[in-house]
Amino acid sequence: MGLFILRRLGVMILTAICLTFVVFWLTNLSPNLEKLAKTQGNARMSDDAVVSYLANRGYSQPLPIKYGQWIGILPGYVIEGSDGELRGRCAERGQDPTDAPKFCGVLQGEWGYSTRFKEDVSEIISTRLGHTAKLMGLVMLVMVPGALIIGVLAGMREGSRTDRTLSTFSIISTATPEYVSGVVLIALFGTATFGMKIFKGNANSAMDDATFENFTLPVLTIALYGMGYIARMTRASMTEVMTAQYIRTARLKGVAFRTIVMKHALRNALIAPFTVIMLQFPWLLNGVVIVESLFSYKGFGWTLVEAASTNDIELLLGVSVVSVFVVLATQLISDIGYVFLNPRIRIS
Amino acid sequence: MESLSWTGAIGAFMNPLFLITIVCLALSLVMQIVMSFFAEPVTLQSNADGSLAERGGMFGGIEQVTKVAFLIALVLLILYAILGILLPYGQAGIIGLMFKRLLPVWISLILVYALSITFKRKLGLYGKLFDSTVGMIGFGLVMFWVFVAIFAGGFDMLITHDPLGQISGLKNKVPGVAVPDGNDVVWPHYLLGGDNLARDIFSRVIKGSVIVIAIAPLATLFAFMVGITLGLPAGYYGGKLDTVLSFLANLILAFPVILLFYLLVTPEIVATGIPSFMAAFLFVFPIVFFAVLLNSRFYTQPSKRTPLLIVVLSVLGWLYLSLISQEGTVLNFLPKWFDGFDINPGILVVFVSVVFVNSPTVFRIVRGLALDLRTRDYVAAAQTRGEGTWYIMLWEILPNARGPLIVDFCLRIGYTTILLGTLGFFGLGLPPESPDWGSTINEGRKLLLIVAHPALPPAIALLSLVLGLNLLADGLREESLKD
Repeated sequence: MGLFILRRLGVMILTAICLTFVVFWLTNLSPNLEKLAKTQGNARMSDDAVVSYLANRGYSQPLPIKYGQWIGILPGYVIEGSDGELRGRCAERGQDPTDAPKFCGVLQGEWGYSTRFKEDVSEIISTRLGHTAKLMGLVMLVMVPGALIIGVLAGMREGSRTDRTLSTFSIISTATPEYVSGVVLIALFGTATFGMKIFKGNANSAMDDATFENFTLPVLTIALYGMGYIARMTRASMTEVMTAQYIRTARLKGVAFRTIVMKHALRNALIAPFTVIMLQFPWLLNGVVIVESLFSYKGFGWTLVEAASTNDIELLLGVSVVSVFVVLATQLISDIGYVFLNPRIRIS
Repeated sequence: MESLSWTGAIGAFMNPLFLITIVCLALSLVMQIVMSFFAEPVTLQSNADGSLAERGGMFGGIEQVTKVAFLIALVLLILYAILGILLPYGQAGIIGLMFKRLLPVWISLILVYALSITFKRKLGLYGKLFDSTVGMIGFGLVMFWVFVAIFAGGFDMLITHDPLGQISGLKNKVPGVAVPDGNDVVWPHYLLGGDNLARDIFSRVIKGSVIVIAIAPLATLFAFMVGITLGLPAGYYGGKLDTVLSFLANLILAFPVILLFYLLVTPEIVATGIPSFMAAFLFVFPIVFFAVLLNSRFYTQPSKRTPLLIVVLSVLGWLYLSLISQEGTVLNFLPKWFDGFDINPGILVVFVSVVFVNSPTVFRIVRGLALDLRTRDYVAAAQTRGEGTWYIMLWEILPNARGPLIVDFCLRIGYTTILLGTLGFFGLGLPPESPDWGSTINEGRKLLLIVAHPALPPAIALLSLVLGLNLLADGLREESLKD
């Protein structure tokens, strides 16, 4: 088991390195750097000015060297610019680059500086992740119990009217991407068009003070999309368990149906949904990006969109490291959790 | 011209009736679910006259109410449609006019259904679809949009106004608004209102379906070719090849989709030519797929194989070269007379990125199926016969994996539709005036809190298409499991 986790961690780090390198390469292509220079400096820069701007700030170094500096295995650049100013990668603002530490990469705990927000990347990501954690926590609180209840009720008696109604609901919810359900929900409950203006269609104020009024719609939008899928998996797992031998035995013994469901079936039926819920996290990340843009809730997803559209290299790298970590960590947890929940499977 | 109401003159008696039926249906469904927890399990009941009844008492009664309410609702809907088609212009309101305008679609749908149901026993899996209600509903929704796309895209029918044309004074106007006098238009109303640039929303939604219906299935098909060509050997051989390919697939899957889109589809990246190179790489796979498929089959009959391969490969090769050689991009090498067609660079980029995002998942599915099927007896038999490995993979394993693949294909078209919408939603790829549903939703959501109606029709259109594909996949899965 220990070896298994170690190997997975190794794969995880390798994936993160490959992935950040791809992001690094794509964001450092010359048209992207030109865009960066023009948004940071002056939109009407001449081509020469762009070249010297980029050269002065270390962007014109070869790609592997820049990447090494970002990782922290190569010393950060110190360049005397064409304008006579001495700039260093590791120098804080106002600090003399010659006094600054030699290395400043991810390994030293320095995630770099965001050109879009003019702040340290680690600072931005931690505050934004806090906002998103609040959203996700509530989504989980709504989605997981809701999906499990729907799935169990539907799978309890396969083919009954309850099953058909709830399955229809879950199919509809899986077929509704966030940008559709979000738009429909805002139009229904956030505007006066249909005379049901109960909630706010904008969650900007929810960052400091989440209330029922401003946070219901974003939470509901993400929860609905994920709910259907988990419910369908739970239903499949429940119907499978309900046809098992031991359920038949319990029925023949004369155990009440309710007791069979609660005591015999439920525990076995909930193993598969656990994996599904864990693997659902990466999908939720997508939903978060869409919903945060739609409701202008400035969390992690919103930061991703902002960083990507302004080619904020270091912020984008930080964001991708975090999301890769989320994806791979949830995979690992689901594998390990599955082993613990299901004693029939052991990893040798 | 006066503005239209939703249901016009027939609404006075139809609407209350319809509302009552729907409320009854909803109530009885909820009652049934609630009662199923308390009521006795359903058993056969013997009646006094000696007959057997499956459901009696309260529970059975509610079952009857549900059925009747559903039927009445259906009849009322059909009545709306027929009245809308038969009554003169404007008498049956916006809904009636939409039914009237979409008449070719209804006729085609009825024809397809009538033919399919008549011959369903001779049509294999497709015919069996018509045994399942869910599958039939799903198929209907999908075919509805397919016909809309064919009529609107191929024959320029169905639309009421130019989807890019603006009529001043109709900015953000509500559905059914009349076009001001002095404009030379065939249709004197904007059926679903005007958007923030005073264009007709109804025509834009109809025209948008063409883009979605053209790209989504084709992109999914390409993703399947890539996934199958790489997934079969990975699953069949295993070993180092499998490790490397699986690592690459997982790498792509670990990217958040939206980050990937932002990295691939921005104008700056398009300027570097990376999407063109990716297109050149990804579109090789269909050629490889067909070449290997035919070669492995007819390897022993060179007289048949060689001409067949020459014809197929030269046609595919020409298509491939025309597709990737584009004016205005880095790859522009074909002389003009040889370059068969140019597609819009925006669409090509969107297409490539959607194929790129979808193929790793297909790869994983195919690899899993191949891993499972390679241990079967018929594979062992083929190996003993001395068949080549590609023959075994493509002519023994692949046909036996078709069930799950067909179901996944349907689901994946739906997912691709969602991805296309996501791209539009973030304003990536297609030009902003494009009528595709994602871009239209994106335009509409900016003013959503002030005017809600422009964003809703494309949202509902996208929802109905994806729902249809999901239901269709469900029906197919159900029917294919029955044998």
